[in-house]
Amino acid sequence: MAAASEVLRRSLPEEVGVSNGSSSTSEELHVLAVDDSHVDRKFIEQLLKISSCKVTAVESGTRALQYLGLDGEKNSVGFNDLKVNLIMTDYSMPGMTGYELLRKIKESSAFREIPVVIMSSENILARIDRCLEEGAEEFIVKPVKLSDVKRLKDFIMRGEGEENGKRRILKRKMEDDVFSLSSQLPASDLVSSELESSTPSSTLYISTKRTKLLDRD
Amino acid sequence: MDGVIQLQRQLVDYTASLFHEGFLDEQFNQLQQLQDENNPDFVVEVVSLFFEDSERLLNELAKALEQQCVDFKRIDAHVHQLKGSSSSIGAQRVQKACIAFRNYCDEQNTEGCLKCLQQVKHEYSLVKTKLETLFKLQRRVLAAGGSIPKPI
Repeated sequence: MAAASEVLRRSLPEEVGVSNGSSSTSEELHVLAVDDSHVDRKFIEQLLKISSCKVTAVESGTRALQYLGLDGEKNSVGFNDLKVNLIMTDYSMPGMTGYELLRKIKESSAFREIPVVIMSSENILARIDRCLEEGAEEFIVKPVKLSDVKRLKDFIMRGEGEENGKRRILKRKMEDDVFSLSSQLPASDLVSSELESSTPSSTLYISTKRTKLLDRD
Repeated sequence: MDGVIQLQRQLVDYTASLFHEGFLDEQFNQLQQLQDENNPDFVVEVVSLFFEDSERLLNELAKALEQQCVDFKRIDAHVHQLKGSSSSIGAQRVQKACIAFRNYCDEQNTEGCLKCLQQVKHEYSLVKTKLETLFKLQRRVLAAGGSIPKPI
């Protein structure tokens, strides 16, 4: 019995989503993970694999851009193979920081719609603000948890593309509300209901947005 | 059969003691949760990377502190990396020692930094020994036909 299932497992290509059971997508989510720390790369890779994602882990922003074909060089790999659904990048990296990588991705017409998540071991408000303003989907304080990945997966699977419109509206609404803010935080209530999240990590995300609003006044 | 049960008990007790004494924290449990039959050596592999990284960083730190003109920014960057990787595997005491180290970097205090380096080296060497013992125990359990209990 065990032998048969071993054979079955080995013969299936990694790209085909075997165990995740989601019927709406024919492919697994492909995540590009960027981190200069070998330990963290290994960790995030496993976190994503366990969550049934295909992972490409690179050690720098430069490598990430090369992989995406954004470094100006003609990429020989077919574009379809590269389809990246999510980019998760460390913030503090030598050379190009995660923030700089985020900017380059958002400046690119080909890749700006890909959600970018920033990870950092440091919980610095100004840093979080800057990243969210530049278009980061989320800012996660390390260590990243399984629940973070699950939440991101759900968010992306729910509707790539259609969510983008909703997200932009959310952002605009929050900016409007900043100036009329007192002790109430209607915008963040809107954010929390839209995100439908209940895990501690996403509470961090919401509270950082909330704190962001508080700091603004 | 008794042998396996005893070994497993030994393993559970040893693991618990590492948590109790603060060598490891919840993050180590997270690592164990991520190990499965497709990646049965994940924890050992990631901890090995941590050992490699740490040894390299500790060497760099020693060298940097020997310089005539100490580059505190560089030292801080190394300690930040070490803090990060120790945090990622749950090596709590190493992580805490790094936090203290960074404070002395901020103050540009060479003496303080040297003391902290000794402290970090000490904590690192302790946790390395503990983890190696843990992995040895795990291997013995597996060799005896038992399985490694997963954390809740």
